[in-house]
Amino acid sequence: MSTQALPTALAEIVDDFQAVSEPERLQLLLEFSRGLPDLPERLNDHPELLEQVVECQSPLFLTIETEKNDGASPAFRLFFKAPPEAPTTRGFAGVLHEGLDGLTAEEILAVPDDMPELLGLTRAITPLRMRGMTAMLGRIKRKVAAAARLHA
Amino acid sequence: MSYPVEQNEKFAAYAHPERLVSTEWLAAAIDDGALNDGKLVVVESDEDVLLYETGHIPGAVKIDWHTDLNDEVTRDYVQGKEFAALAAAKGISRDTTVVIYGDKSNWWAAYALWVFSLFGHEDVRLLDGGRDKWIAEGRALTTDIPSPAVADYPVVERNDTPIRAFKEDVLAHLGKPLIDVRSPEEYTGQRTHMPAYPEEGALRGGHIPTAASIPWARAAAEDGTYRSRAELEALYLGEAGLAEGDDVVAYCRIGERSSHTWFALKFLLGFETVRNYDGSWTEWGNAVRVPIAKGAERGSVPAVATR
Repeated sequence: MSTQALPTALAEIVDDFQAVSEPERLQLLLEFSRGLPDLPERLNDHPELLEQVVECQSPLFLTIETEKNDGASPAFRLFFKAPPEAPTTRGFAGVLHEGLDGLTAEEILAVPDDMPELLGLTRAITPLRMRGMTAMLGRIKRKVAAAARLHA
Repeated sequence: MSYPVEQNEKFAAYAHPERLVSTEWLAAAIDDGALNDGKLVVVESDEDVLLYETGHIPGAVKIDWHTDLNDEVTRDYVQGKEFAALAAAKGISRDTTVVIYGDKSNWWAAYALWVFSLFGHEDVRLLDGGRDKWIAEGRALTTDIPSPAVADYPVVERNDTPIRAFKEDVLAHLGKPLIDVRSPEEYTGQRTHMPAYPEEGALRGGHIPTAASIPWARAAAEDGTYRSRAELEALYLGEAGLAEGDDVVAYCRIGERSSHTWFALKFLLGFETVRNYDGSWTEWGNAVRVPIAKGAERGSVPAVATR
C-alpha cells in the first residue's frame, strides 16, 4: 500500500512519520496527542455520546457532524476526547483528526483500513496497541458510512 | 534488602511488608538523594507507551513491558542476557532496590515486578497506589529523562517454575484453586466489546473450569492502593474459598491483571505457591482440546482434561 490512495493531509502525516527514526516517531505521536483539539463546549456535557469500552481500553469520545456545502457532498467534522492519561490513544486521535477532518464521506471511506500500519509504529508500540488505532479508524468509517446513507 | 523497609501499620499487617512502599516514603527517599548512588532505582511501567514521556516521578526510568521485557521472536520473556543488559542500562545492579509504579492501579507495574521476580531480583517493590496516587497528591513530576550511569548486572538464568504456569501446568493443576481475575463478562463468556472494537483475541469465551471469579480491581481501593489484609482475606479466603497453604494459579487475558492479583496473594497474604498463567485466556481460549466452562458457574474438572 502506498500513500497515493490517501487524502492529502493524511498522506503528509504518513510521510512525516516515515521520514524519521522509530524513537522520533514516538515523539511525533506524542506531539499529535498534545495537538488534539478540545471538544467544543456544546459537546462537553453529553456523556451519552461517550462510548462504553471494555476494561483493557482507554475511554474515547468520538462523534461526527456534517457540514452542508452548496450542491457538493457534505464535509464531515470529527470530534474526539481522550483522557490525558491515555496519550497513545490521544495521539492516534490527533493523527486521524488532522488527516480526515473536513473531508467528504467518499474521501474518508476510501482510506484503507490498514492505513495505521503506514505510520511505521508497529515495532515501537507493538501490534496489540496498534489495533487500537485500526479500531478507531474503523469506527470513524462506520459512523461516516451510516451518516452518508442518511443523507443520500 | 539494600534499602530500609518502610514501617507503617497498614503494611505491617501484610505477610511481606517489604514489598510495598507508600508515596510519602518514596518522596522522602528521593528528597534524601536515594536515587543518586544506584541503591534505589524507580521504574515506571505503564500500559500506555507514551505516558512516561508526558511526565514522571523525577529520576524514574522507563521500562516498557511490551518492548523491553518480551522476546521479539518467541512468545516469551527476554532471556538472562537481555535482561542483564536492560537492567544495567537503567542503572540497576543485582543488589539495587527497585521500586516500580505505573498507570491503571499498577497493572503493568505488577507485571514488570513479576518478570523481575522470574530473574530472582531480590529487592523489588511496588509503589502502593501507583502513578495516579502520586499525581493526585500533587507530587513532583518531570519530563526530564535521566541518563543513569550504566550498572553491572549479572546474566542470571530465568527461573520460571516457582511463579509461572504454562498451559500444561494448568491442565495438571485442574482440581486445585484457580483465580480468574477478568471482568465478570469475560468470565461468563459474554461478548464484552462493542461493535467496531477489536475482538478480545480468543475464539471462545468463558473460563477455565473450576476457576473462581475475583476481578483484579476488587483487590484495589478507590485510590489504587491495595486493600487491607483483612479485606484481602475476606476476598480470597472467604469469597474465593482459598485455604492457607493452597497451591494457586491466577490468570486473566494476557497475564497483566493477574500479576496484580499474584502480588496480592504471594506477598500480601503470604501464599507460598502462587503462579501466574501468563498465556491466560488468549492462549487457553484458542488452544485445541482444552476444556472451558461458560456462564457464571465455576464448572467441574472434566474427566478428559489431563489426557
